[in-house]
Amino acid sequence: MSAVGNSVARKDGIGKATGAALYADDIVFPGMLHGRTIRSTIPRGRIKSIRYDFDTSGFIIVDYHDVPSKNAVDLMSQDQPFLAEHEVKHMAEPIVLLAHEDKERVNAAKVVIEYEEEEPLFDPEKSDLVFKSIEILKGDVDAPSSRDDVVIVEGTYTTGHQEHVYIEPNGVIAVPENGGVAIYGSVQCPFYVIKALRCLLGSAHPNVRVIQTETGGGFGGKEEYPSMIAGHAVMLALKSGRPVKIIYDREEDMVATTKRHPSIVRHRTAVTKAGKLIAMDIDVILDGGAYVTLSPTVLSRGCIHAAGPYLCDNTRIRGKAVFTNTPPNGAFRGFGAPQTEFAVEVHMERIAEQLGMDSIELRRINALKPGDITATGQILRDDCSAHMVLEEAVRRTDFVKKRAAWKGTNKSIGLALFYHGAGFTGAGEKTLKSKARLELTPTGVRIAVGSTEIGQGTRTMHAQIVTDALGIPYESVEVAQPDTSKVADSGPTVASRTCMVVGKILEECSHEMKEKLGGLSPAEYYAKNGELSVERTYEPPDWIQWDDSLYRGDAYATYGWGCDVAELEFDADTFEVKPIKLTAVQEFGRPIHPALARGQIEGGTAQGLGYALLERVVMRNGAMANGQLTNYVIPTTLDMPEVDVVMMENPYPGGPFGAKGLGELPMDGPAPAVVNALRQLGLDVRDIPATPEHLSNCAAA
Amino acid sequence: MQFTLNGTMKEITGNPAARLIDVLREECLLTGVKEGCGEGECGACTVLIDGEPVCSCIIPAGQVEGADVVTIEGLGGDHPLQQLFMNEVGAQCGICTPGMIMAAMKLGDAPTLEDVKTALAGNLCRCTGYSAIYRAVLKWKGMSVPESAGTLVIE
Repeated sequence: MSAVGNSVARKDGIGKATGAALYADDIVFPGMLHGRTIRSTIPRGRIKSIRYDFDTSGFIIVDYHDVPSKNAVDLMSQDQPFLAEHEVKHMAEPIVLLAHEDKERVNAAKVVIEYEEEEPLFDPEKSDLVFKSIEILKGDVDAPSSRDDVVIVEGTYTTGHQEHVYIEPNGVIAVPENGGVAIYGSVQCPFYVIKALRCLLGSAHPNVRVIQTETGGGFGGKEEYPSMIAGHAVMLALKSGRPVKIIYDREEDMVATTKRHPSIVRHRTAVTKAGKLIAMDIDVILDGGAYVTLSPTVLSRGCIHAAGPYLCDNTRIRGKAVFTNTPPNGAFRGFGAPQTEFAVEVHMERIAEQLGMDSIELRRINALKPGDITATGQILRDDCSAHMVLEEAVRRTDFVKKRAAWKGTNKSIGLALFYHGAGFTGAGEKTLKSKARLELTPTGVRIAVGSTEIGQGTRTMHAQIVTDALGIPYESVEVAQPDTSKVADSGPTVASRTCMVVGKILEECSHEMKEKLGGLSPAEYYAKNGELSVERTYEPPDWIQWDDSLYRGDAYATYGWGCDVAELEFDADTFEVKPIKLTAVQEFGRPIHPALARGQIEGGTAQGLGYALLERVVMRNGAMANGQLTNYVIPTTLDMPEVDVVMMENPYPGGPFGAKGLGELPMDGPAPAVVNALRQLGLDVRDIPATPEHLSNCAAA
Repeated sequence: MQFTLNGTMKEITGNPAARLIDVLREECLLTGVKEGCGEGECGACTVLIDGEPVCSCIIPAGQVEGADVVTIEGLGGDHPLQQLFMNEVGAQCGICTPGMIMAAMKLGDAPTLEDVKTALAGNLCRCTGYSAIYRAVLKWKGMSVPESAGTLVIE
């Protein structure tokens, strides 16, 4: 039996279910101190004075003077300081670090900071500080508006922040060792942390390594911010010479760390009365918060997906990510696409409404097919499945019949068609040059990559690929814990790339190793010749062309395709929405491990449902005012309806065993599907989350 | 202060107002008890107190005097529900899993899907969307599992 395609035993072992698995907060080092971050309490201003209003004996105190080399979190830009020096740009910005061996004393310590306050900027539409702007141009959007068979439909769609709510809050431990320092932590991207620490520490401290501990969820939320926390812990550890643990409590995690970018998306569309899209003019604004972080790439992915999975000869997508005096927004599953695909899918429903046309028919007329050209000029290949997932979703849910039968009742059904590019955008994978390594062990092989297991099944899925490519028993494949001093830098665990890209390098490593084994089993070879390792670098398909200055070309090597259907009940007295059933029809090449893949779809669909209906970040004076799980609500068992998952196959020749990326795709569809169902009930929703309060306003309008 | 912890009598000293979760994790070294929110909302720290699932982050340690406390470690390593959580992918990142399993312990025989949902309503999972958790729990109870998903292959 092959491993790929079967739900084999997971490499996680039983530890997660017995409590034996060790997460950052479960680990204790001798002599360890507890660290705490003192943060700004204003959104914008200058620091006048800092007073330590407690008995400082036994405390280690760090401020920006203690920065060994450069006070900048090195990511896409170097604008964000580890510790504010003179000015603060957002609420909860780190200013001072404390550490003490007694956790209670650290938590009780009172630091008084006086500021000279300045007027903050919260409205992204009023911001003229642009982190990144993008224009994607295809054809001429202005020409068709004079045609008399054409209808113009306009609309503005907005989405709020979304908080990741990984159940394990952020945490790291910095441990001095051999003239350097080791960081143990809950991280998605160990090599991002290394990059940031090298910048912080300079050449004086060459020996840094990052070891990923068991990680209690990420969803993008542990992509960039752990670099900040690691830098803090390292500075405290270097100053004290002792291990320092920093674990955020839930409120600190929610208020201070990144969230999904709020968005404003404007559509102006020319469409023939027969339903053919003629021109799409789209403006995207993302609220980046106070520092650049990953906003340029979030904007990029958001813009590329903004025209939806449709063919339109004349398309212009203009986007900008702007500064505001709020905590920086960052990576979150979907990375800009859930925002822009929400907008375009609700817009498509409104277009159908204005044309008096069935919205399924409108999608059938315009959905992308192999050979079609996208907004960036990419010619789609045979692995384009928009029509396939649409037809299956409509058929499977008996959509047309239900929609007709429920008309005039409090029940409703809606759908959304969507797609998601897998891997880094454009030339990103070529520049990244990810590496993977396979090492012989006395009994088999070991996978040595920096890709992290954060619940999605990295360890298992990689081991399955190696098992079949090498033709050895699954049990003889082990997976190294990511430790940057021991594993290859396989790039960040983001962008739906861990299976498609890193899995592909591992497949190639396996083929090379198989050749080197010369017919011997790994154990036989090892006994005879000793150690052997194979390391390879990722080579994207040679046909990928991308011009980053013009935003033209093959934006992604391949795309996953999905159609979600939401069935729900609406209570016209309380404005509560009760989802009855969600159907997620998704094509992502081929599932390597069907049970894990299904888990990605079920879980991503739940996050999407929360995004649609429940998850509202209330900002007050530039900070999240509801930073507790009591009043920031994510779906519970009682909120989740049945989720019917259909995994369709359309292999991508460049992926391992035909696999594409999957992780983000399920996040894109639920919100527009739910809102399109609400539209059937006469609720003109153009902003999410569609909480009862918001729906009462929509009904009143 | 004395109480029964995972089947053996335990005597602890210290502040009875300390949170039970801190006593369990730091003094008794039972780190299978996870902290997700510290306010009784997420259920990751769920333990059984006299058979009732309770969030140990909002219980003062003094309150369990004389009680019977069971943590995930008290189930041993080979409880059938533990294996089912892994097999059915009811555990993804795993941080909610110990609390989820402890909350499920309260379920009686032959639970319906609605019974399972109600029993786990106080436990948040951000990874799975809960469906796989229902599959694990229903299989453990010998109940049939609604199987609506499939894989279709196109040529």
